[in-house]
Amino acid sequence: MATESADILVQRAQDAARVARAAAEAAQAYADQVATAAGAAAHAASGGALDPFVFRLAVFVLAIFVGYYVVWSVTPALHTPLMSVTNAISSVIVVGALLSIGVSAVGAVDNGPTWARFFGFIALILASVNIFGGFLVTQRMLGMYKKKG
Amino acid sequence: MSANLAALLYLVSGVLFILALRGLSSPASSRQGNIFGMVGMAIAMITTLTLAPPASLSGWLLVLLGLVIGGGAGAVVARRIPMTAMPQLVAFFHSLVGLAAVLVAAGALYAPQAFGIGVPGAIHGASLVEMSLGVAIGAITFTGSVIAFLKLNGNMGGKPILLPQRHVINAGLAILLVVLIALFVKTESIGLFWLIALVSFVLGGLIIIPIGGADMPVVVSMLNSYSGWAAAGIGFTLGNLALIITGALVGSSGAILSYIMCKGMNRSFISVILGGFGGETAAAAGGTKETRPVKQGSADDAAFMMKNASKVIIVPGYGMAVAQAQHALREMADNLKKEGVEVKYAIHPVAGRMPGHMNVLLAEANVPYDEVFELEDINSEFAQADVAFVIGANDVTNPAAKTDLASPIYGMPILDVEKAKTVLFIKRGMGSGYAGVENELFFKDNTLMLFGDAKKMVEEINKAMAH
Repeated sequence: MATESADILVQRAQDAARVARAAAEAAQAYADQVATAAGAAAHAASGGALDPFVFRLAVFVLAIFVGYYVVWSVTPALHTPLMSVTNAISSVIVVGALLSIGVSAVGAVDNGPTWARFFGFIALILASVNIFGGFLVTQRMLGMYKKKG
Repeated sequence: MSANLAALLYLVSGVLFILALRGLSSPASSRQGNIFGMVGMAIAMITTLTLAPPASLSGWLLVLLGLVIGGGAGAVVARRIPMTAMPQLVAFFHSLVGLAAVLVAAGALYAPQAFGIGVPGAIHGASLVEMSLGVAIGAITFTGSVIAFLKLNGNMGGKPILLPQRHVINAGLAILLVVLIALFVKTESIGLFWLIALVSFVLGGLIIIPIGGADMPVVVSMLNSYSGWAAAGIGFTLGNLALIITGALVGSSGAILSYIMCKGMNRSFISVILGGFGGETAAAAGGTKETRPVKQGSADDAAFMMKNASKVIIVPGYGMAVAQAQHALREMADNLKKEGVEVKYAIHPVAGRMPGHMNVLLAEANVPYDEVFELEDINSEFAQADVAFVIGANDVTNPAAKTDLASPIYGMPILDVEKAKTVLFIKRGMGSGYAGVENELFFKDNTLMLFGDAKKMVEEINKAMAH
């Protein structure tokens, strides 16, 4: 009887500890986010280094404008090659696949890295179909456009 | 390699991608542009592999294996695909980009340390937002493109399929998606991630199903745009400049093409996306049977008229692609040129099933690109042409678009073929076009109908010209 209740007590203590740990982890994650946001705000306020997100957003917005003007200057006769080449270049998403495959499984607590490598591998295959297929079919199409004579 | 150097190299590949698109401003510079694109891609991949090489030998083997399998398959497809199948090939490629975006986002969620965005269970909030946007848009692109592929490839009917209450269902799914993303960002739950993917997969299919065959140019362009935004979302997650720049380029490129296609049909983007065009009007038109007589001609008549003309303008449409008549057509043009006839081609922006579809087919048949003109460049010339030769086009020549306020195609820019002295119209039968509208042109005095398969008819005309 005494040992049993002791067991239960230990069990409860362990449960409580687990909950506390989870809470602590969540708090840590939250604090990290707050710290990042606060850091960014502080940087902005002090005119210090930019948050990388702002920098990326600037590149993104400018690239949209570049794309706008470049695409309007594409001759309508080449709209099909335009689609196949944009297809090919959007497969630069392959860099994400390569990073995902390359993850190290050393010291992993779960099988997350294994899954990541699997997803990365499939993504790499799909993106490679697109890269090779897209550029080659574009080249083939463009080779057909000839001038008179 | 330092992270700064890598970022600069990614920037270089982004710039090379811009040059690849820039090259397409003329056929002469386009091939060089494509080479720039390939170099840009090689730089991006080599940079990634140098900056963060796979952790083990098995990782390297997986990379090689993936490249060989995917690259080999892609190369074979690119070599073998017939040009008439380009629309479905492009749709297929879009679906691959979409699915790759979903998988990369999943990889980033399962092993964030590989992407430098935190550790499992504590990924940065901003990265989670970008990741969930990437996966949602990627998943919509995937199923949407699969449906578009099935429709273009003929595995699925081209007619719009209208589900009851579809707008309510779609709006409900969209709201659900937003809620799921908010929850996911808060909890970083793997289950929610896949739920977001699932809802987006369903939504992507439902968005495209009600859109009919001739609206496909808009759909294909729109999915092109989506695949770009998905790539950009993943680019933000990874903090990769090449991916962000490319996503922005592709996204705006697809958006501009969608706009051009919508303008070519005088329809708003929203009405195309809501779908179902043609279904109701076709049913209504079915009530009144057309009984007016048309003038019917033979291949001999057509051959005689064109040989004696001084200027012929050819107007190709989707029917030419279906019948694979482009080679026979070019032969006909060659015969005419031998007789001293001036031959030009007029292309409507929405002719065919994707932007530029007709131009590629004519290029395949060795038609020089300086004989092929866009609507606004050639429309004034129809008045001086002796013959307008319409092959497989219908709605884009219908004068009702200019005169009939009640017509569903009213306001659509059309090719003014009725201004030519004679209009030769190759058609399988008297059926109306995609829009379900009767074409007034058939009943005009200067129109001669040539009933039959486009390719066979042109071949017969060629034979008749020979003697």
